[in-house]
Amino acid sequence: MTLKTTALHSAHQRAGARLVDFAGWEMPLHYGSQLEEHRAVRESAGVFDVSHMRVVDIQGVGAKDFLRRLLANDVAKLKSEGRALYSCMLNEQGGVLDDLIVYLRGDESYRAVVNAATAEGDIAHMRALADPATVRIEVRAELALLAVQGPDAVSRTLPLLPGDLRVAGERRPFSAVWNDDWMVARTGYTGEDGFEIMLPAATAESLWEALLAAGVRPVGLGARDTLRLEAGMNLYGTDMDTTTTPLVSNLGWTVAWEPEDRAFIGREALERQRAEGVPEKLVGLVLEGRGVLRGGTRIETEAGNGVVTSGSFSPTLGVSIALARIPAASANATLTAHLRGKPHPVRVVKPVFVRHGKSQIG
Amino acid sequence: MTETRTNLKYSKSHEWVRQEEDGSLTVGITDHAQTLLGDLVFVEAPEPGSQVQAGEPCATVESVKAASDVYAPVSGEVVAVNEELTDSPERVNESPFEEGWLFRVQPTDPAGLDALLDADAYAELVASEE
Repeated sequence: MTLKTTALHSAHQRAGARLVDFAGWEMPLHYGSQLEEHRAVRESAGVFDVSHMRVVDIQGVGAKDFLRRLLANDVAKLKSEGRALYSCMLNEQGGVLDDLIVYLRGDESYRAVVNAATAEGDIAHMRALADPATVRIEVRAELALLAVQGPDAVSRTLPLLPGDLRVAGERRPFSAVWNDDWMVARTGYTGEDGFEIMLPAATAESLWEALLAAGVRPVGLGARDTLRLEAGMNLYGTDMDTTTTPLVSNLGWTVAWEPEDRAFIGREALERQRAEGVPEKLVGLVLEGRGVLRGGTRIETEAGNGVVTSGSFSPTLGVSIALARIPAASANATLTAHLRGKPHPVRVVKPVFVRHGKSQIG
Repeated sequence: MTETRTNLKYSKSHEWVRQEEDGSLTVGITDHAQTLLGDLVFVEAPEPGSQVQAGEPCATVESVKAASDVYAPVSGEVVAVNEELTDSPERVNESPFEEGWLFRVQPTDPAGLDALLDADAYAELVASEE
């Protein structure tokens, strides 16, 4: 199978990327050192090509009602243009089909950004549910998507944006501004300040080169993963999937239960699970000592076994951290991880490890 | 293109071996191996004084990506380990053939070295795996 490539493919090669298959796309894993790229985002600024994610516009008189049925969070909470909402998209069993960000662009106009691996299924699901007489679903495959993240991201990116979009620097987190072809959102996946920028693919390379010239470091998907894990954000496909509900994945806060008459897909299953009791929970773990927790590592608790859903070395903290799904009844502050056949103590923490470059684990 | 060195011997499992003047053998992982692993974050070397068996795992290198066993290229007694790597595992990435050495073995059978690959044969092996 031929791998898909983004508009920045040759720019990645020039920057020395080690390219790997990522959900059918040939994407940069790193440009020499994942650790250095990780640190650049925590200490200065880095840019990621995330054009493999899909931008989907949902428009029409029925768009709002459609999204209120499609998503577990409620787009009616979006009160002003440019505001963004994080939500899960569920199946009837309450399993997570994908997690996404949806932006309000106008009265009857929304934009969603979905994951690369799930994009095709997501779009088919949306099309099957939307009434074409009132909802238009348009896949914006001609747009590239760059994320610039880090404490210096705003100052280094603003001068490079089209003049009318520089107000993005004054917007609060989870807000976006746009003109015809560009959209600049104050969102991201690293726990740092920064932007996600949607722009015509033909323009992406010149912005990329300008960012590099301004001292922004190219960062691969390897560091993106360690950054998001430190930020305590779930990764679709490992920390949640169609077999887990938001309630067992630490995402109960993204489910809008009110108003009670909003019949979103998966609602009945979630209400049943809430009434019966949620069997598992997703917690943060810190490994005491040397070694690295990895996805699949068994975690022993006093209430039964759990498993690491995603784990890695934390470059900021210098120890291994993980998200793990464990029995909800487990209350111990220290559990046991079985690493390569040996037991190791792990400390249970709130699953936010690093925010704005600072340790959150005490 | 990864680097190989003509003064070293190599195992099929991507360790290199250098013969020292006192007859001991220094062991590390190759440039090719460190490139594949990515940034190392922990190195667990064998205990000094312990015996290692050719072809058996005796050390572990962990990168951000994965944990990998290091196999003893020859049998013998571990006479030194690179203590530097406890705090600076990145030396293996920066200097796999020099500062990033892992441990030193006094071989039980000096002929064990002959069973290993020379630089050309190792380069061929790497090319066939790429």
